[in-house]
Amino acid sequence: MKILIAGISGAIARQLAVRLVAEGHQVTGLDTRPWTDAPKQITVHRVDLRKRAAADVFRRWRPDAVVHMATVSALAQVSDAERSRINLGGTRALFEHCLGHGVQQVVFVGRHTFYGASPDSALYHTEAEPPVELASYPELADLVAADLYASTALWRWPTLRTAVLRVCYTLGRGGQGTLATFLSRRRTPTILGFDPLFQFLEEEDVVEALWLTVKARLHGVFNVAGPQPLPLSLVIKETGRVRLPLPGALLRRVVGRAGLPTLAPGALNHLKYPVVVDASPFQEATGFKHRHDELAVLHAYRDSHPVRG
Amino acid sequence: MPDAPSAQWSDPASVARAAQSVRQEVQERLTRLELPFNALGLDPFGISRRHLEYFFSFLGFFYRHYFRVKTFGAQHVPASGRAMLVGNHSGGIAVDGGMVIASAFLELDPPRLAQGMAEKFIARMPFAGEWTSRVGQFTGLPEQAVRLLEDDRLLMVFPEGARGTAKLYRERYSMVDFGTGFMRLALQTGSPIIPMGVLGGGAAVPTVTNLYRVGKLLGVPYLPVTPYLIPFPLPVSVEVHYGEPLRFEGTGDEEDHVVEGYVEVVKQRIDELIQRRRQERWGPKRSAQ
Repeated sequence: MKILIAGISGAIARQLAVRLVAEGHQVTGLDTRPWTDAPKQITVHRVDLRKRAAADVFRRWRPDAVVHMATVSALAQVSDAERSRINLGGTRALFEHCLGHGVQQVVFVGRHTFYGASPDSALYHTEAEPPVELASYPELADLVAADLYASTALWRWPTLRTAVLRVCYTLGRGGQGTLATFLSRRRTPTILGFDPLFQFLEEEDVVEALWLTVKARLHGVFNVAGPQPLPLSLVIKETGRVRLPLPGALLRRVVGRAGLPTLAPGALNHLKYPVVVDASPFQEATGFKHRHDELAVLHAYRDSHPVRG
Repeated sequence: MPDAPSAQWSDPASVARAAQSVRQEVQERLTRLELPFNALGLDPFGISRRHLEYFFSFLGFFYRHYFRVKTFGAQHVPASGRAMLVGNHSGGIAVDGGMVIASAFLELDPPRLAQGMAEKFIARMPFAGEWTSRVGQFTGLPEQAVRLLEDDRLLMVFPEGARGTAKLYRERYSMVDFGTGFMRLALQTGSPIIPMGVLGGGAAVPTVTNLYRVGKLLGVPYLPVTPYLIPFPLPVSVEVHYGEPLRFEGTGDEEDHVVEGYVEVVKQRIDELIQRRRQERWGPKRSAQ
């Protein structure tokens, strides 16, 4: 099968590309960022998904399946308007290219933070739930919109196999992603009096989940998670970091300074209330089982990313 | 536990010994608590063994030595599997809830964690929200209740909610509207209902009036006022009476009048448990107040 990965230069996307090649598939990728040491079987096109050159790759190469990982989080060093264009404009362009060039299967890789962190929601969100608290986290709005846009493909183009994944945080050797960035320094700020549950997967398990999604030709919206969630305080402790509990109002002012990680203002609620998903429909549909349990994930991250700063 | 030392309040050493003895009992019982703890002592809902030890040591001390709670009918609570404890609510700050949780842990064999359905404001409060969620007392949402029951947990429900704890001292043995939500959940999940009557909660925090505006400023539904002003509970004796399990057949989608009929059965059973005990204790005259 010919599989195109949008956003191939990200840490997880690279591992997925290598995995797909190992499974006997042809892989090509799009990204504006370089992947200098990519294996020779994998062609990386340095193009923007929203530009003409990206459409040309679809037309010439005619992929069977497309994995969309070219979205960016609020932590990306781009303006709000640009992030919105990448996430929403890019997702729209990707679906148009797929429809125009005979793609049969699309995997949209989204995030479980879609559900929002709120004091009055139950633990374990299911796919049926709408996003909440968008107003308090405007930096997440374009990702939620991209997720909802991708979901419309399910009824607009029913013959296109579309999987919309809401994947929990990832942690691993690559050291990329929202949670890894948050844990990158020695001192990790928390909000005094709050200790929300965090749910995460090892990078290898995420790659496995994505591969199984492609393999099972999944159609629908699915939460993706593995090990049970843990309180943030334990995540910090078991990764060898130091917890720095601060009152919420103070934390808002000091993030990004004094050796503390950068946080989107709206992300503060995610340090107060849990976002935990029920991933049992995904596990039933694909047979996915995580290989790394919660403690192993944290210890592997601690060992591969000793504290700095 | 007849051999447990009782606390002599004038002697700090005996209070410390009593607290220590409760703690040892809690530690022993925690090893038999059937929750799927991981290597760090956390279950999939984030319930923490370490937090439970503090929580039960605290509640257990009040249970054994302050309110000297007596539990009757513990054999009616199933040793495993889903079930709902449904009872009357009173007493300003939910002393009754705390003592039922302690009772299910200290009097049942094996011990069970009764999981209450907390008021929404608690999750927003620093520390309170963190502690309630670590000890399995989650915000009372129907989805949460269904998930816990489907996971074969023991749910503790006070259908009167905050209106129940807002009862004044003179109203302490009355019951306000029960609603039908808990019954629909029981029908939907096929859970037996264990009716329970709790006596003493209303006397522990004898509320004269509730300040709703002050409560709003503090982020709570109301602030109870007692004759001695603060809502600190008095050392009155508290009793928990469990009744025989009630099973109702259905899907949870029945007509209102059908479900209301079932609710009335539960409410009647709870009232019987309370009134029977008041008769035994005070005779017909005082209990008729």
